[in-house]
This record gives sequence, C-alpha cells and structure tokens, in this order.
Amino acid sequence: MAERLLLTKYIDDPTSHTLEHYKSVGGYEAIRKALSMASDEITNTVKESGLRGRGGAGFPTGMKWSFIPKTDKPKYLICNGDEGEPGTFKDRKLLENLPHMLIEGMVIAAKAIDCHQAYIYIRGEFNKGIDIVSKAVDEAYAAGLLGKNILGLGFDLDLAVYAGAGAYICGEESALINSLEGRRGHPRLKPPFPAISGLYNCPTVVNNVETLCNIPHIINMGGAEYKKIGTEKSPGTRVFSVSGQVNRPGVYEIELGTPLLELINVQCQGMKDGKKLKAVIPGGSSAPILTAEEAGTATMDFESIASLKSMLGSGAVIVLSEDADLVETTYRLASFYAHESCGQCTPCREGTHWVKDLLGKIRKGKGSQKELDLILSLSRNMEGGTTICPLADACVMAVRPTIQKFTSEFTSRFKQIEDSLTNQEEAGVPA
Amino acid sequence: MAYQFSSHNEATFNKIKGQFPDKRSLILPCLYFVQRDIGYVDKEGMEYIAERIGDPISLAQVYGVATFYTMYNKKPVGKFHIQICSNISCYLAGSDSITKGFCDKLGIQKGDTSTDKMYTVDEVQCLGACGFGPVVQINDRYHENLRAEDIDGLIAALRAEVH
Repeated sequence: MAERLLLTKYIDDPTSHTLEHYKSVGGYEAIRKALSMASDEITNTVKESGLRGRGGAGFPTGMKWSFIPKTDKPKYLICNGDEGEPGTFKDRKLLENLPHMLIEGMVIAAKAIDCHQAYIYIRGEFNKGIDIVSKAVDEAYAAGLLGKNILGLGFDLDLAVYAGAGAYICGEESALINSLEGRRGHPRLKPPFPAISGLYNCPTVVNNVETLCNIPHIINMGGAEYKKIGTEKSPGTRVFSVSGQVNRPGVYEIELGTPLLELINVQCQGMKDGKKLKAVIPGGSSAPILTAEEAGTATMDFESIASLKSMLGSGAVIVLSEDADLVETTYRLASFYAHESCGQCTPCREGTHWVKDLLGKIRKGKGSQKELDLILSLSRNMEGGTTICPLADACVMAVRPTIQKFTSEFTSRFKQIEDSLTNQEEAGVPA
Repeated sequence: MAYQFSSHNEATFNKIKGQFPDKRSLILPCLYFVQRDIGYVDKEGMEYIAERIGDPISLAQVYGVATFYTMYNKKPVGKFHIQICSNISCYLAGSDSITKGFCDKLGIQKGDTSTDKMYTVDEVQCLGACGFGPVVQINDRYHENLRAEDIDGLIAALRAEVH
C-alpha cells in the first residue's frame, strides 16, 4: 500500500496549475469521454467506483448525485472549498496546484446531474487559491472547456468562483448555501436536504474539492478499476494533511487502508526530535483522539478509524508527541468551536463557550474535579441532535475523548493547586 | 464625496452580477469591494451596497451579513493587518512566541493598532496552513514556518513597502 499517486502525481511541477501542463499529462481527456456518456451512465460509474466524499462525512458520491430529481427546475453544483478545520489544509494544495483537475471533475459532475451553473466556494483567506482558480476558470472558458457547447459536445456549463469570509461553519453544506445566497452562514434545518431544495431552493449537490478531483480519474479508469485501489469499503486514495510534531509535516496522497504509523514514520519521516508518540487526532480537530496504542493498530480507512470510535473526517492528521500539553491543545480546540459557533442553537452557542471557559480555568491551574465533571455533563447536552448542525457535537468529540483517555493530564493541574496550598499552609501562609 | 466603488471594483461588479440568479448573492463580494477600497466596511459603504444591489436588499440585511463574517473589518485596521494563527498545529509549532514577538516589537497589545496606523495585530483561529506553522497572514499574503527571529526582518520588509 502506502504512497499511491493518482491526484497528486504531478503536483510538484511548478506549472501544474496551468492548462498547458494539465493537458500535457492527459488532462481533459475524461471530459471528452464523459460528455459522450448518458448522465445516468456517469453516475453509475461513480457509484461503481465506491467513491466516498472526501470532505468529512464520507457519504457515497454517486448516491448523492442520484438523489437529484429529474425535474425542469435548475440544478446547481457547488464545490466546497471552505476548508477551515484545525489540522486540515489539503484542499488548499489541490486548489492552488490542480485547479484544472477540479474544473474537469466539476464539468463531469454537472453533466451527471443535468446542471448548467456551478460555483466554487473557497474560504476567503485563501487569496492565492482564489486567484489561481479564477485564472484557471478564465483559461478553461477561453479553451472551450466551459461555457456554451463544451468541446462541441452539446453540453453547457457556467462556472463562477465565490469567496467566503472567514466563517468555519460555511463548510457545512447548508450554511455554505446560505452564504452563497448572500446570507449569514446559518445551517438550515433538514429535511429538505439540498438535493431537493438547496441553492435558490433548487436541487443542489455540494461536493468537496478532493472528491471532485477524483472524478476524472474514475471516468478514465472505469469504476471497477478504481475500486481495486484501497480497501473494499473505502476505495481509492486519500490526500491527507499531516501537521504537529513530525519531522516532515505536509500533504500526502496514500492508498486508503495504509497503516497510520506508516504515514507518520515513512511519509512524514517520524517524530520530531525523536520523541515518543503520545496521541493522534486522525481526521481533523473534531475526530476523537487516539492514544499511541490505538494509533499503532489503525489503518487509514473509514472502517478502521470508525472501529476505534473516531473518524477519518477531513483527512487531517494531527500528531502529538510526549511533549504535547493536552490540556492546552484541548483548550485551543474548544476556543475554536466557541469562536466559530454560528449562534443559532442554544446548546452550541452557550455550550461551546462554557466548555472553553471551564477548560480555561483548568488550564490556569484554578480548576477542580467539579469543572471536569461539568464539562462531561455539558457534553451530554450538546450532542446527538440537540442542534441544527454538528458543530456542537464536533466540540464534544474534540474535548471529551481527550479528557477520558488522558484524565491524569487534566487532574494533574488540580494537584498543582492542592500542592501549592499545602506548601503555603506548611510555610505558615494564611489561606 | 460619497463612497462609490473604485473603477476596478465597478468593473468586477458588472462582470459578476450576471453570475447569480438572485442578486442577494452579490452582498459578500460587494462587502469585499468596500473593504479593499477603504480598509474596512463602514455604514456609508454598506448603504451604498444596498443601493447598488437594489430592492429588496436593505442596509439592515447588508449589516447583518457583514457582522456575521470575521473577515470584514468593522473598524479601521492598520495598513498591515497581521493575523497570527493560534490554533492547535500552529500552537504546537510555537505561535505564542510569534504573537508575543510582534506585540513586543510593535509595542502594542493583541487586537490593537499602532499609533502610526501602520500595524494591527490580531490572533485568529485556523488559517488552514497547519503543516507549515506558525503561520501569519499579513493582508492577503501568508507567511509560513515563521520563527521568532524572523519577525524583525518581516517588519523591516513591511516598512520598506511603504517607503
């Protein structure tokens, strides 16, 4: 297994973002094939490939497309490039280096769902990516790869780039749709799901950047051949972003099913400064933390990570060495969720801030078991459908498993106070 | 003279307005136009946006959107907006020393603007460059793998851009 380059084979070429380079390595061949296929045939090929969404939930992509009703209403395709979860930075690399692969994937996806207007929603901070993708879109229009009668094959698609404005919640698909409609990025109640009533109340598919980049390869290889890569239930490769205390953090494409330790020890060249591994957050900040022992048994596919009660999520691996202060890292993560809560639902709006404040108290050595118990109690009221979207659940998943698996790191902060009080008493200092 | 889009933004506005079936979608791009022109979004700019997009978009709707998103500055910032990522991966890479370094060198606190209106220092949540931390965004540009000893050179380079 290990490294298998499908999407990123040419990513290190300094011209990989250009139309000329992309075409020179076989780009836009899949578009010719797909535009000669019937819509259902494209969807069935993607279904056959077993491709699962690379944004977070891992929902089967072909099935998602097949939910789009065959009505006369306009249909929309949106590429979700609002990458913003701590630890996650692989879509940025794809946007900056492989914009034409994304455009080609979008044309094929649009044909499959009978869509003629698509959008690429990119997080606002990614100025470089926005600029590169916008230029690639212009190049594609000029080359007849977008617009009316693409390549003379009778299919029309307009594509526009839209910049977000710094709200992590806009990565949630219904919040993204609201944002693209010029509203606050508030997640919507579901049902109806976007496939029935999405952008401008029309049927809409929202796919992640990496998901769409896989589409040309699936069309070129055929669904059955693609499915041979990876594992039975998690086919294909996955682009992982690895950060934290490793020697060579970065973006790596590997075959799904590759051992997690192989990713850390081979691709990332091991732990920084030769330190011991303490823990791994395997799929973005909301993925429950794995102990070093659990990480030793994990393979990087949806099922293996799920069997450890965590998730592959956004493909972000955060590696923590024996030096890492887990009270501090957990506090930082809780601060993120508190900052990014959209404020619609009380358990999230109040809960995330409360959890952050309690962790802040423990972090400063002013907490006790009471604060820790309260966090666990609060967690139960923030999860499992008490809110419109999963942001509150994400906060719980980032915090609770760390407290449960590394309890002593948190309780040792209480001890500091007790020790200090005892020492003061022994020294005759009045309480 | 009352605020109006710069000629570049006016051209962009005319280019993109046909891209959306509902003109409400123009609110976010227009807020960026105002911010690029004057450095932040003020009431006058928001009123202008509501007027340019036209009925049924009101100032209240534009204001509601502007106040939701963190990238729209609701008050003036320095010529260089220094935003330091403080979340998990950048923290593990030493972002606290970067924040302290910028504040100490510029003689300001987090969230403040220097008296000469040149620099604003803010700590922000994840910038999506976690493998290359600590990362700092200065205006539109990312600076990655920063070390405390890089700060003097970075500030000098910013000063040189002005002079």
